[in-house]
Formats: sequence, structure tokens, C-alpha cells
Amino acid sequence: MSKRQKNSLFFLLIFITLAFFVLDLAWGSIRIPFNEIFSILAGKGTNDIHTEIILNFRLPKAITAIIAGISLSIAGLMMQTLFRNPLADPYILGISSGASLGAAMVMMAASLFPAVFISSNWSLIIAAVIGASLVLLLVILASFKVHDVVSLLIVGIMFGTIASALVNIFQNLSNPDAVKLFIMWTFGSLSAVTWHHLLVLIPVFLIGMMIAIFLQKRLDVLLLGENYARSSGVSIQQTRFLIVLATGLLAGGITAFTGPIAFVGIAIPHVARGIFRTSSHKILIPACVLCGASLLMICDIISQIPAYSLPINTVSALFGAPVILWIILKRK
Amino acid sequence: MCILSTVDLTIGYLKKDKKKVVQSNLNLELYAGKLTGLIGPNGVGKSTLLRTLSGLQKPLGGKVLLENKELSKLSYQEKATKIALVLTDKIDILNATVYDIVSYGRYPYSNWLGNLTDKDHIYIEQAIQMVHLEEKRNELLNELSDGERQRVMIARALAQDTPVILLDEPTSFLDVSNRIEIMLLLHKLAHQTQKAILLSTHELDLALQAADSIWLMDKNGKTICGVPEDLVFNGSFARAFASKYYFFNEANGNFSMNFSLNKQVAVTGNKTRMYWTLRALARAGFEAKEEAPVKILVTEDGWILNDEKINSMEELLDKLTELEKLNLS
Repeated sequence: MSKRQKNSLFFLLIFITLAFFVLDLAWGSIRIPFNEIFSILAGKGTNDIHTEIILNFRLPKAITAIIAGISLSIAGLMMQTLFRNPLADPYILGISSGASLGAAMVMMAASLFPAVFISSNWSLIIAAVIGASLVLLLVILASFKVHDVVSLLIVGIMFGTIASALVNIFQNLSNPDAVKLFIMWTFGSLSAVTWHHLLVLIPVFLIGMMIAIFLQKRLDVLLLGENYARSSGVSIQQTRFLIVLATGLLAGGITAFTGPIAFVGIAIPHVARGIFRTSSHKILIPACVLCGASLLMICDIISQIPAYSLPINTVSALFGAPVILWIILKRK
Repeated sequence: MCILSTVDLTIGYLKKDKKKVVQSNLNLELYAGKLTGLIGPNGVGKSTLLRTLSGLQKPLGGKVLLENKELSKLSYQEKATKIALVLTDKIDILNATVYDIVSYGRYPYSNWLGNLTDKDHIYIEQAIQMVHLEEKRNELLNELSDGERQRVMIARALAQDTPVILLDEPTSFLDVSNRIEIMLLLHKLAHQTQKAILLSTHELDLALQAADSIWLMDKNGKTICGVPEDLVFNGSFARAFASKYYFFNEANGNFSMNFSLNKQVAVTGNKTRMYWTLRALARAGFEAKEEAPVKILVTEDGWILNDEKINSMEELLDKLTELEKLNLS
């Protein structure tokens, strides 16, 4: 694919992403015309109720959708490269379950932590990032022993199952209010995220993205496998640590606020590879950013068809699961 | 010129804090502009030696010297500009073209963004030309044949622009014509580019023909170096590959099978056809002995047995079996 074709594809994707952003703001049970949305965004809104809906409800939700789409697909891309496994992603390898376990501990076993920690805005995200990173570390340790594609996925699923089992134990031991709060969280929701949360989420997301962008050259060589990467001058330990950190921040961070969202991480990198026909992370990272953001906004738009408000996790599974089936069938 | 050498090197693995020594007291030298073949039976430690020489694995004792500097003291970056590898690891990258893979060889030289300069493109292009893949430049790696894939990995190592290239079993999984092509290519590259190229293989006949120098590892933990023909003459090969099932045939550099020979014939005549005749007779259990009562004369276009002209090997073997039955009854 020539440079010009790539550039025009990128412009098209940017346009699509912006279009879905506006559509996501306009969509909902209360109809707000496009021209009013633009004037509200420009700070010249006249209708107070509409201004409130856009600025404090739909805008943070749309931004969360963008961050969720980007975080999960970049985390998925890094997982697929690190494990050289087309089916790797934060959800399947149990990283989201690790984040859930962290979040569950904060929500349902608060007495285990010092009160200062629990009352802070950061407690949920810190617990989720640590939970995600820990599971990923365990999966990496297992990957030294298990080399084939499918076994590693089963290892990831097992770690995820253990994390879920621990979450179940917490549920059995906690009071009904905390359990209800947690169950609502696991459905995955973009609308629960407020500006307050975003102030915590955005810095975590940006640090994760900066590490991912810094790693793009190493990720390319890592495609050849660790021996070749090391012989090309890559420090494997350091790179692995940075990938764990970036994935923990990205996947753990977003999971802390939206609950686990399945299949975005696995599907988007394949969509990006399919569109740009490349293996270069310099192109795949921005492509995943645009495709991931668009997909999550589409999911968000579908999930709130008036009168049938669906959990976002259900909608994303409808998109993602067929992609996994397609990959498995194509490889045989 | 000697580029890479080892001083009393001991190689092996650390398993649960226990040393498992594979080979010890290795004093080897690798020369620029020469193709060196590392040969030995399976499990003798060829891969371990290559991994140790490339710095992927630490030596258990002694040291590896690269241009007179100790290898373990160099950074990953420095090592990457000195030693390039071709491994047996399977490469499966979606959407990667030949050019993409070869360009990964420029990793040690490009900036943090991985942007390639004009100079990088020249190196990549040259490497692709050296392995004769110009036509396939933009084709996907996954769509190439095994031999072509191996050439891509060699081109990647060439693009890394190092004085030393180490290859682990570059000819395994390939068919005969590809094996010969790869060997010839490596021989030519060593002489043209003045790189020191070391390859491990268990294909004796090819290595004996193409390698300028041989490192022969045997099961007893000894490694002998020299020009291939010298190692043939002094019996090193025969010792290294000693077995009751086959022997190293010094006449042709191949392994010959040890058949149980319980019958005797005398064979004389044409030189070229003699070799194949003896092979067929050995398979049928006949040993060639001058004083044997049954005599076979090998001619230009057939054989003569008991004054009777025979045109095919099949016929000859049938006749011999008949004679044997007559003798027994």
C-alpha cells in the first residue's frame, strides 16, 4: 500500500471517528439537534437542560467511550505482539478479571484497606491497575513454560476463572448493597463515568499511551520472537516490564470505571491489520486508536436505542465474538 | 583474521542451580571471509554453543572474545552491531512483506521511532539482492516457500551489517536443491563480504563440500577444528560418528550403512558402475572378496556372471540368489 493510500485512509478514519463522536452526542432519549450541539460545545448554549445533558452526561460518556476503545485495542495489540498470538487480548488472558478482582476488593472488602485509601478517588483505579498487572505477570510467567497458542489462552482463562472465583467469595461475604453496586459495575457502563472520574482516568490513560508509543519500534522486532529481538539489541526484561505496565494502566484503568468490556481488544487490532495490510506498529497504533474509538462509540450508540438500554458488554461481544471465530477458522 | 574466539569455554545449562555441562575447554577461532561449519551428532551441544557465542546464553566458564573484547561485557546494542543470527524459530507475521522483515535488521541503527534513512534502504536493498529475492521484495512472508523464507532471514542478518553471522541449522526443513543453494549462497557471501559465517548442521556431505573450515563436536565432549579434508584423512570424522549401524565412508564423505554381509562374490571391472554395484550387493548381503568362487565382471553397459551377459541390477541379484539356492541343495 502506497504512502498516499495510507494517508487518505487515515483521513477517512479520522472523519469517521469525528462523525461518530457528534452522532454519539446527538443520540439519546432526548433529541438535541446537531446545530445546537455545536453551539453548546462552543459555549453558547441557550437551553439549560440541553446544555446540562450534553456537557455533564453525553460528553463525558463519549470521551469515556473513546478512551475505552483506544485503551482496550492498544492493550490487545501489545498482547498479540508480546505473546505472538492472534487471539490474545486483555479480556481473554484474564487481565480484565484481574482488574475486576481489584475493583471488587475496593467495593466489597473495603475494610481490608486503610480508610484513607478507600475514600480517595484513586483507590478504584489503583486496585484495578494492580490487579490487571498481576494477572498479566502470571500469564507471562506461564508463557515461559507453555509455548503453543491455544494452551496459553487456556492458562489465561484459568487465571481469569480464579480471579472470578475470588470475586464470588467476596460477593458471598459482603452486604447486599455492595454486591448490587459491584454487579451493576460488571455489566459495563460508560454512562457512570463523570468528569470527576475522568480527571483520574485521563492521566493514567495518557501515561499508558505514551509508553505504548515509545515501545512501537521494539514491538516490531518482537514480532520475530524474543531471541531475534534480543540479538537485535532489545532488552527483553525491560521491554516486557514496560508492556506489562502499559497494559496494566490502559486495560486496568478503563476497567476500573466501566467494568469489563469484552472482545474489543482482540477484534480491533485485526481490523486495523486488515485495513492497512501492514505489521508495522507505527501504523497499527494510530489505526487501532481510530478504529477502537469508533467501535466503542458505535457500541454506545447501539446500546442506548431508546427504550432498550443494553449493557455495553453485550453489544461489544456481538461485534467481537464473530471476529474471533473468523480468525480461528481462517488459521485452519 | 580471527574475529571471534573462545578461551577455555564451558557451555551448558543451569538447571535449578545445578550446572549441566555440555562441552568444556573449548578453544575455537572464527575467521573473517570464511564459511565455518559446526558439525556433530544430535544432542552434542551445537545449538548451545551458538547461543553462547551469540550472547543469548551465558557461558558456564571461560570466555568468548569478540574482536579481542569480552562478549559478556558488551551491551545488547553493541552485540547487535557485531553478531547477527539466523535461528530455527518459526516466524509467522501477518501482513509482513520480505522488505519489512529485512528492514528489521536495521533495528540497531535506526532512531527510537524506527524511521529508516536512505542509507538504511541501501543496506536493505543490497541484502535482498545478495540472496536473490529482488522479484519477491513486496511479497508476503507467509506466501513464500521454506527455502525463500530462509533466504529472507539470511537477508535480515546481512542488513544488520555485522562482521559475524551465526546460523542455527539453516538447511533443516529444506529439500535437497534448496539445501545446496543455501550452502552455496553462504559460501559465496563469506568470500564476497569478508564476513565470518558459522553455521551448524548435521548434513555432513554438504558441509564438507562448502565449508572452508570445520568445528567437529563429538559425543565425548571434544571439539576438533580444521580444514574438512584434513579431518577426513586423520580419521576424526570416523571417530566422531562411530556407530555399529553405519560408518563414515572416507571415499565419498557419506555415511554408509553396516549391512550384515554373510555371502561373498568377487567383483572387477568398470570404475563408475562398480560403486553402485557394490552398494546393491551389500544391500543383498554380499561382500566383495577377490578370492570368492562367484565372479562378476562389471562392463560399460552391464554385468557378466558365469559367461552370461546381464543387463539390469534386478536380473543380476535374481541370478545370484538362484546360484545360492543351487549351492545349498
